[in-house]
Amino acid sequence: MFDFVANRRWFFRASGVVILIGLISMLYSFIAFGSPVRQGIEFTSGSMMTIRFEQQVEQTALREEMARLGHYETIIQRTGEGDYIVRTRELAKEERDPATGEVITPSERAQIEDALEARFGALTVLDFSSVTPTVSSETRDVATIAVAVASVAILLYVTWAFRKLVRSFRFGVCAVIALLHDVLVVLGIFSLLGVLFGMEINAMFVTGILTVIGYSVNDTIVVFDRVRENMTKGFGGPLDSVVNRSIIETLPRSLNTGLTTLFVLLALFLFGGSTIHSFVLVLLLGVIVGTYSSIGIASQLVVVWDRGGFGRFFRSIRRVVPRRATA
Amino acid sequence: MSRRQIITLVVIIAIAAFSVAALVTNIGGREGLVLGLDLRGGTNLVYEADFSGIEEGRQADALRGAKDIIERRINAYGVSEPVIQIVGSNRILIQLPGVTDIEQAKDLVGKTAELVFREEASGGSTFLAAAAEAGDTDIIVAGVSGFHTGDAFVIGAADSTEAESAIAAEIVGANNTIALESPLKHAHPLDEPVTNVWMVSTGTIEGDEIPLTGQYLKPNAFVDINQQTGEPVVRFEWDETGAKLFSQVTGRLIGQPLAIFLDDVLISAPTVQAQIGASGIIEGLNVSEAEILAIQLNAGALPVPLNPIQEQTVDATLGADSVRRSVIAGIVGVVLLLLFMTMYYRLSGGLACLALAVYAAVMLMIFKMVPVTLTLAGIAAFILSLGMAVDANVLIFERMKEELRAGRTLRPAIEAGFNRAWPAIRDSNISTLITCAILYWFGSRMFGGAQVMGFAMTLGIGVLVSMFSAILVTRTFLRVTAFTPVARTLSLFRP
Repeated sequence: MFDFVANRRWFFRASGVVILIGLISMLYSFIAFGSPVRQGIEFTSGSMMTIRFEQQVEQTALREEMARLGHYETIIQRTGEGDYIVRTRELAKEERDPATGEVITPSERAQIEDALEARFGALTVLDFSSVTPTVSSETRDVATIAVAVASVAILLYVTWAFRKLVRSFRFGVCAVIALLHDVLVVLGIFSLLGVLFGMEINAMFVTGILTVIGYSVNDTIVVFDRVRENMTKGFGGPLDSVVNRSIIETLPRSLNTGLTTLFVLLALFLFGGSTIHSFVLVLLLGVIVGTYSSIGIASQLVVVWDRGGFGRFFRSIRRVVPRRATA
Repeated sequence: MSRRQIITLVVIIAIAAFSVAALVTNIGGREGLVLGLDLRGGTNLVYEADFSGIEEGRQADALRGAKDIIERRINAYGVSEPVIQIVGSNRILIQLPGVTDIEQAKDLVGKTAELVFREEASGGSTFLAAAAEAGDTDIIVAGVSGFHTGDAFVIGAADSTEAESAIAAEIVGANNTIALESPLKHAHPLDEPVTNVWMVSTGTIEGDEIPLTGQYLKPNAFVDINQQTGEPVVRFEWDETGAKLFSQVTGRLIGQPLAIFLDDVLISAPTVQAQIGASGIIEGLNVSEAEILAIQLNAGALPVPLNPIQEQTVDATLGADSVRRSVIAGIVGVVLLLLFMTMYYRLSGGLACLALAVYAAVMLMIFKMVPVTLTLAGIAAFILSLGMAVDANVLIFERMKEELRAGRTLRPAIEAGFNRAWPAIRDSNISTLITCAILYWFGSRMFGGAQVMGFAMTLGIGVLVSMFSAILVTRTFLRVTAFTPVARTLSLFRP
């Protein structure tokens, strides 16, 4: 039988490597674009429209035309269906002459549509949205608060649900560390996708992250539940063998549930259309990482903690830091 | 088979039958499911109220009043199933399904639609010209007598020199600094060599000087065509007060222009031909502008100015495309799911699939009956919840397998499987419900929030129904099967 607990270092290392790559990407992205992940208009304010052209239009030609209109800031993306997502700063409204009521300057959106139509032929604006800076900064705040509140709520809930166990608080903390691990991995991958392909996060991304949090904990709880049961059943023995036994007993369930969820998500990802592509990608990654962390991270951390591993870890940091400082 | 199990089975079949019936008929007066804006196309707007001119205690009332007026405007315009909600303390959310012309939607909804009648100030031009020469903006404003709050100034010259532009700019700048109740609204160079000062027209009723505004209109304005010009006009009627004021004003201004300003923009300034009282017309608009103005005059002016802070339109074809794609994705996903479950868990898996069908029918029935507005994210949540709903079954089956392996017979194994799996199902689902609640809160105060709220709502309902499905439906199916001859073949339950 495979000893998951004895091999926990490999899980930690694998996670460490993925997270490190993510962090490096975030750092690079922060230096290059001023933010660890590329943010959509919900977070930065601006206007965004999806345009479908009747004729074939080259991305470079579109970019050129937008620049000619003075929109050098335009970010253009091609969707899977061949439409273009055009992102600009917040577009201005039309201006009217107060004395005559006539339109002096048409809205910037109308200007862009007219210019593109003149050059590339008939087009349809499939969707258009515009966000002011007030709203975007609010959305940022709310998103941060939501992730923080979710973490605290989960911590409290897990602590309460496992209150019959000795040191149930540890289970709560480890569940939260595991979910932060999942969030960090997904963020890192999105940061990388942002650096490489210009992928942006939007409000649905935050929704996806929060769902991942729920899913991750859901998964972790099933393993914890088995630990709870095996411990109260009095299998005794050291915690690591109880945890290992619990992981193995719940393994088919963890994998099967992960698989069934992956099936539907994969179908959504492949056939569901580009509008929710990035959202489904978050969930897809989240389910994989969530399943992984419930096996390789969450309950393993409980063992590490039990063996005083955290204490050693922090002591070693404390030992390393002053040594560097004096060197 | 016990009596209780038979009753439960009958209840489940009844629920499933009811759900299917509710879906195919139009129970609750609705044909299909309620689709969100992103699926059927439309416009989503959020406005923020500018409370700067309203005292603290009356702000909530003003916002409610604005919402009522917007509702009246939209109903008069003829949008089916609009959503108009107050969000927080100073915002109004408006969803207009089927409306994709965002500029027109904004004209309709967000304009204050304050109609004010103004006349030329006597000696205004000379007065301002002299003051402009003096270059002292303070004197201009302080020296003007007989003006009222809301008077509009239009200043300009054909060959507007730099100096004149500067003066114009200064006057506007003075607007912010002068203690007078800000009469200066616009200053801007024109092509024509005119210098107009428009002041609010007033009449006197019982000794009080009252400005002539749109608030004295009867709510029966309509669009007509001017027989002579063929241009659209808006015909309106005054109420008693309005008629008195209008007759005083027109009587005084025969041969002079009477300007009509809508939200401080001049619409037209016809010359008054004769004294008129009860009714009038507004010219100088195109057909759609005239239609919107008539609606706005009837609904009344907004009690508080609104500024758009978010806007979004989705084309109907994109929505239809999204629905089609989601349905395909859902079918593919579910087929994969069913195959996996029956291959891996055999008969139990097959029963779980049956339970999943009941789950899906109940979910869709709830969506239709509540009704839950389905958005793209909501559909994703529903499809995701199908994958997650099997989770409880997987938990139970794994437990059952363990019990069977430990040598128990089928029926005790089923019971033990359910009892042992329950705490895990309960605790893990509660954690998902917690995140759903947080998501819902999150969605209620952010951009694109309808999507997020739809997702949270759908997933939350999904979690609750899936618990019912696993505990009641799958269990009953298994219990009932345990009494049939197939139960003798244990391998059907144990891969």
